[in-house]
Amino acid sequence: MGIHTKSNKIMQIIAHTVLFIVSALAVIPFWLLIASSLSDAFDVTKSGYQFIPKNISFEAYQYIFQEWTQIGRAYGVTVLVSVLGTVLSVIMVSMLAYGLIQKDIKGVNAVFIFVLITMLFNGGVVPTYLVYNNLLKVKNTIWGLILPNLLMSGFTVILVKNYFQQSIPEELIEAAKIDGCGHFRIYFKMILPLSKPILATVGLLSAVSYWNDWTNGLYYVTDEKLYSIQLLLNKMNENILFMANNSQNMMGVDMSNMPSATIRMAIAVVAILPIIIAYPFFHKYFAKGLTMGAVKG
Amino acid sequence: MVKKKKSFRWKNALPVYALMLPGILYFLINNYLPMFGMIIAFKKLNFRDGILKSPWCGLDNFKFLFSQGNTALIMTRNTILYNIVFIILGIIIPITVAILLNEVQQKIASRIYQTLILLPFLMSWVVVSYLAYAFLSGETGFINATILPFFGINQSISFYQQQKYWPFILVFTNQWKSLGFGTVIYLASVIGISPEFYEAAQIDGASKWKQITNITLPCLKPTIITLTILNIGRIFYSDFGLFYQVPKNSGMLYNVTQTIDTYVYNALMNQNNISMSAAACVFQSIVGAALVVISNQIIRKLSKENALF
Repeated sequence: MGIHTKSNKIMQIIAHTVLFIVSALAVIPFWLLIASSLSDAFDVTKSGYQFIPKNISFEAYQYIFQEWTQIGRAYGVTVLVSVLGTVLSVIMVSMLAYGLIQKDIKGVNAVFIFVLITMLFNGGVVPTYLVYNNLLKVKNTIWGLILPNLLMSGFTVILVKNYFQQSIPEELIEAAKIDGCGHFRIYFKMILPLSKPILATVGLLSAVSYWNDWTNGLYYVTDEKLYSIQLLLNKMNENILFMANNSQNMMGVDMSNMPSATIRMAIAVVAILPIIIAYPFFHKYFAKGLTMGAVKG
Repeated sequence: MVKKKKSFRWKNALPVYALMLPGILYFLINNYLPMFGMIIAFKKLNFRDGILKSPWCGLDNFKFLFSQGNTALIMTRNTILYNIVFIILGIIIPITVAILLNEVQQKIASRIYQTLILLPFLMSWVVVSYLAYAFLSGETGFINATILPFFGINQSISFYQQQKYWPFILVFTNQWKSLGFGTVIYLASVIGISPEFYEAAQIDGASKWKQITNITLPCLKPTIITLTILNIGRIFYSDFGLFYQVPKNSGMLYNVTQTIDTYVYNALMNQNNISMSAAACVFQSIVGAALVVISNQIIRKLSKENALF
């Protein structure tokens, strides 16, 4: 047995060393981001972003506080879009999934195939853009941030449908039907309460993808009033790049309107803060949701 | 009697249709209309006539796309090569991490590692581009301001202007962000392996390494095959956020950063060239769909229960 405990010990050392390094690599960039946001702006221009700020300064956060009308508005848009999108998504996905388990009703099988096809073929960015932009005219409306692509996917529908089939006993639904319950009642009073775990998981994944989304804004929002926090970060990026590329012929331009390097980092910190705070509590559900989603696609 | 039965059925079915309606409508708009919209790639688009009435032009848009210097070649090459590297590393690194996580005896330590490793996956690409910028920026980046001077190098590197660093930066960033996801997936498979196999191996005196190569890896094979084939099915698609945000859409870097997805975006939104953009997009969709079907057939042959359809 001596050899085994020894080989086991070596394994433990290797595992902890490698995992410590990998975890550190995952976290270090966030440390640099937070440290930069707490640095003195002058220090950053002089000696770059540092892991340990020479002088701690809350200037960047004071700026955010002063400019809260713009940043707070973007924050509000993000919260609104995330909540509205997630609620709509969970409702629509579960309603469709409930329909798909009614095998005895005509047409349900066709709808199932209709959903499967969306998982295989994709019209692509350009036709999608033309549908939303030219046909539905979602440009510069809140719907431009909610509807395109993020609302529901075939994968989540199938995922929820499978959960209904595996975790809710068919006899229970049959018994309710015999008692004279209609489908609406069964859906609201039985299915929804019984499938809380899957709906929470699907909702969580949806909320994160709405919170993090910037592509819909990139295509459908030019109005600053509708900027989400991610879009605001993206716009600041674009402006900095524009300045860098045109620095020679922009001597006369007023630079004071540009948020400084520390302020931009601070806005990024504010954008990720809710996720970082909530995430440790949700990690388990989140990991579970990802595993379920990956089994079939 | 017959009539009564029929009306009863409708009463049963109508609420189900009503429940499914919003979802069906959404898929019609979000997924099916764009599929038919693909016809614009075969049209000579002008906005006076509108999309439907514009004249057909056959494959002209595609011919033009592929004769535009080597743009089409470069973006296709980049898309495929990066994906191949991502697929290979996306097997090796997450499996290594998952196996090590499973070996860790202290459950709390394992939980902490898992939580930290998955964190980057929750960040948007915009935020990732800020993180990358803090390291790579020309004057203030950590590499230029601290690491290079530390080694006595006083010349700073303009990362956002020089192509040669980007294959490495993009691969690293991709792995950094997606490692946690891959680890979660493979860890679920590793945990699912029956402990009896390991107990038997221990009685036979197999070392840890032997147990990994003879039990763990063979048990992971179905997961590896399924995920790899799914990824090959998506080899014509790239992660738009990675290739657009991290290099900050810098034109000087297009040679090594332009993929089909960033080209489609730039042609559509910045150059207003809908025909070119649509041609690239449809090229991607058609080859992509063919690859999905082919790869699914391969999965069916190998293990039927893992097939998508």
